[in-house]
Amino acid sequence: MFAFIVRRIIQATVVMLVIGFIGFSVKHQLGDPVRDLVGISVSVEEREALREQLGLNDSFFEQYGRFVSNAVRGDLGYSYFFKKPALDVILSKAPATIELVFVSSMLILLLSVPMGLYSAIYPKRFFSRLAMGVSIVGVSIPVFLTAIVLIYVFAVQLHWLPSYGRGDTVNILGWESGLFTIDGLRHLVLPSIALSSIMLPLFIRLIRAEMMEVLETEYIKYAWAKGLTRKRVWLVHAFKNTLLPVITVGGVQLGILIAFTILTETVFQWQGMGFMFLEAVERSDTALLVAYLVVVGALFVVVNTVVDIVYGLVNPTVTIASR
Amino acid sequence: MQTKRQKIKDSYLLYSFRRDKVAIVSATILALFLFAALFAPMLAPYDPYDVTSIDIMDAEIPPSWMEGGESRFFLGTDIMGRDLLSTMLYGLRISVAIGIGAVFLQAFIGIAIGLASGYLGGRVDAVLMRIADVQLSFSTLMVAIIVSAIVQVAFGVGRYEQIAVPLLIVIIGIAEWPQYARTVRASVLGEKNKEYVEAARVIGLDSKRIMFSHILPNTLSPVLVISTVQVANAVMSEAALSFLGLGMPVSMPSIGSLINAGFEYIFSGAWWITFFPAMLLIVFILVINLLGDWLRDVLNPKLYKG
Amino acid sequence: MQLLEVKNLEVSFALRQGDLVALNDISFSLGKKERLGVVGESGAGKSVTGFAVINLISKPGKITNGEILFEGKRLDTLSEKEMRTIRGNRISMIFQDPMMTLNPVLTIGTQMVETLQAHRKISQKEAEAVAVKKLERVHIPSPARRLSQYPHEFSGGMRQRIIIAIALLTDPSIIIADEPTTALDVTIQAEIMDLLQELCNSEDMGLMLITHDLGVVAEVTERVLVMYAGKIIETAKTSDLVSNPLHPYTRGLMNALPGHGTCDTANRLQQIPGTMPNLTEIAPGCSFHPRCEHCQDICSSEVPQLRKISGNDSRFVSCHFAEEGWQNG
Repeated sequence: MFAFIVRRIIQATVVMLVIGFIGFSVKHQLGDPVRDLVGISVSVEEREALREQLGLNDSFFEQYGRFVSNAVRGDLGYSYFFKKPALDVILSKAPATIELVFVSSMLILLLSVPMGLYSAIYPKRFFSRLAMGVSIVGVSIPVFLTAIVLIYVFAVQLHWLPSYGRGDTVNILGWESGLFTIDGLRHLVLPSIALSSIMLPLFIRLIRAEMMEVLETEYIKYAWAKGLTRKRVWLVHAFKNTLLPVITVGGVQLGILIAFTILTETVFQWQGMGFMFLEAVERSDTALLVAYLVVVGALFVVVNTVVDIVYGLVNPTVTIASR
Repeated sequence: MQTKRQKIKDSYLLYSFRRDKVAIVSATILALFLFAALFAPMLAPYDPYDVTSIDIMDAEIPPSWMEGGESRFFLGTDIMGRDLLSTMLYGLRISVAIGIGAVFLQAFIGIAIGLASGYLGGRVDAVLMRIADVQLSFSTLMVAIIVSAIVQVAFGVGRYEQIAVPLLIVIIGIAEWPQYARTVRASVLGEKNKEYVEAARVIGLDSKRIMFSHILPNTLSPVLVISTVQVANAVMSEAALSFLGLGMPVSMPSIGSLINAGFEYIFSGAWWITFFPAMLLIVFILVINLLGDWLRDVLNPKLYKG
Repeated sequence: MQLLEVKNLEVSFALRQGDLVALNDISFSLGKKERLGVVGESGAGKSVTGFAVINLISKPGKITNGEILFEGKRLDTLSEKEMRTIRGNRISMIFQDPMMTLNPVLTIGTQMVETLQAHRKISQKEAEAVAVKKLERVHIPSPARRLSQYPHEFSGGMRQRIIIAIALLTDPSIIIADEPTTALDVTIQAEIMDLLQELCNSEDMGLMLITHDLGVVAEVTERVLVMYAGKIIETAKTSDLVSNPLHPYTRGLMNALPGHGTCDTANRLQQIPGTMPNLTEIAPGCSFHPRCEHCQDICSSEVPQLRKISGNDSRFVSCHFAEEGWQNG
């Protein structure tokens, strides 16, 4: 198990170095750190002096090495628009995105597991057919359209819920949270429904398909023959086997949610990392763009590595094979 | 033997198609859409790219059956005064072109890598499959958004728009190859160990050729099933990019950029600019997904999971 | 009173094309401590018979006629909940492939304890103690340590022993073993069969051994049913059947067995020509007639009844020529 974890971490490091390399190449080609620092109203000589001082005339790989060592220490460059270190900007926007992803993931998990299991156990019942029908329509509607419809119905027509922004937030240990105020929660409703709308059908279908496959196996038939209760057979014997593929695929899918936050945040003007990213693109804020690339890349790598390790812990076969 | 089995399969495909109403309706709608996309220049009442025919005074005219609507603009006009129906037809054309182009690209890369990986085996296989794992663990949409953003910053919005179509095909197509690669690799490995390959080698035939002539038919149905879903995904990704302003420009809109352009006007009452393209997009993706589901049920190929 | 009595059992599968009769008029009984063999080719309905007893036929199959009596009580009419108190408690099953039977993500201990706790009010500790005792009974070395291991840490033979141990947990009256050794190596097959036989003797259990292997049946069982295409075609004491098979099919099975051949050319195995028909295409008359070398006109028109053979109370055969001797026909 230990060797397995070490291998995973080495792989994650390699992937991060590649992402860093891509990020650095972009920065090297597009970015102008001098302009980022002092603006454009500085003479050519002064700029050249500054370039030399910043080591911008060093070789590409020397600069890459410096970029990596800075990144490891948390220095991802300087956003000229915000006049702040890029990482600080991202970290100040991160809570909004993380809370949105968290609430959406909870919605997805809490709804997809019972619905997926139910429609696998009773595939012919009305509710199961309905769930399958609705889910294929669900995967066919782009997130931004769901978001627009939600705003149109619940904010514009019915005036039940706010249509944009995060509402009131509370600062808890430096974390701007919208989870602890009524207003913040009300603002979370529509964006989190919109964000989960794309993944929920996928999860229901995934859980249903896996569960149906498991229910056909010999060991489930044997579990019935042992005289176990339905609850035991379905929730322990079948569900535990369904869990393995759901964790692998599900983990990756939850990572993909981060991509969809860009769309959701745009429609709801949610002040998170995705919204910030698009603004950075419009402003050609290269440093911030690259910092976002590195941070999101790291997020993906961490999520996937954790999923792999959790999979290893849950699956007895993996554990033993590498003990 | 092979041809006989193929025949049975084909007739089974046709048989189950005739029995399935959803499949028939979906296929009909899809065929209509593809036809409309292909012949958009002939079907559309106006040419939305012809700047001279567009009058900004015609902007935001509602659909013809509504109050204020005009009979010459059946579905009304958009914010620039273009006939919405014509613009949608041209937009569908662009979306379909990008979607199919992207899928061809990813299928080509994926099948090539899958064949190489499965046939060569060893270290090459291990490295390629590791890369596929990593690639697959990143969201395609995320990669597409970041790459298109970088390209846009690098080239500037003006240049970007000129090369948008091929660029979007590459951006959307490049990230999804692992699905194909894994499926093809699995069937190469499956065939590699079969007796007939061994037998062919023993009697001195070119085992490679025999093997590939078996592999290609075997991979056909999984590739077909993957491809239908992938076209839907590619069209969706393009729409998402365009919605974010990273895709097709408003001057040459895809369905996604039409929705994006109309989005700001939805709340001021000009709902149709967003509504009709949105419905077109949803129905288009839905019928492809329904057909993909049906194909998967009928062909029941061994798809690589996880 | 017999321990288990099956009367005129009929099982059909409701398919789109109509009902498919998988078991047709099956009647047999199993006494206390009796060892009964059920023999036939795959698809003959042996497994379905076994699963029908505990009312666990895979969908869309169900019992459409007949009764199943266990200790005089009807089983086929019990509710799902009542049936659960029988399954794995009074009647245990052993499945064919030990590699597929145990749940891969649960430890052996969990899978044993849960079985006990499903049928007894018993603490985890006590249940584990019983489990250890039963594992010892099936000769698993250091059983206490083994409880925390997963199925994939055991070989096929070991897993089948564990499954037998699970079957023993609740001291059942009947064990139904469905091809318990088919998936195992030949050397291990013998060990498992010996173990089963020994346990039936020492633990006072009835055994219903479902197999395609007449050789195993001859060694282990006291009585035997031969099934063909969903019907019982011959039933007899094992010793009678082996020494003098009366149905041409049974004789065919015997001839296909090494060392039991009755044909002239010594040591040459014979096979029954053709294959068993699909349940959808069973021939009229005697279902075996298309493969029978002694087939007469009557065989293709009239269905032979399962008749008692005069002079032997425990012997039934469904062949038109069972008594006068088809050998010369």
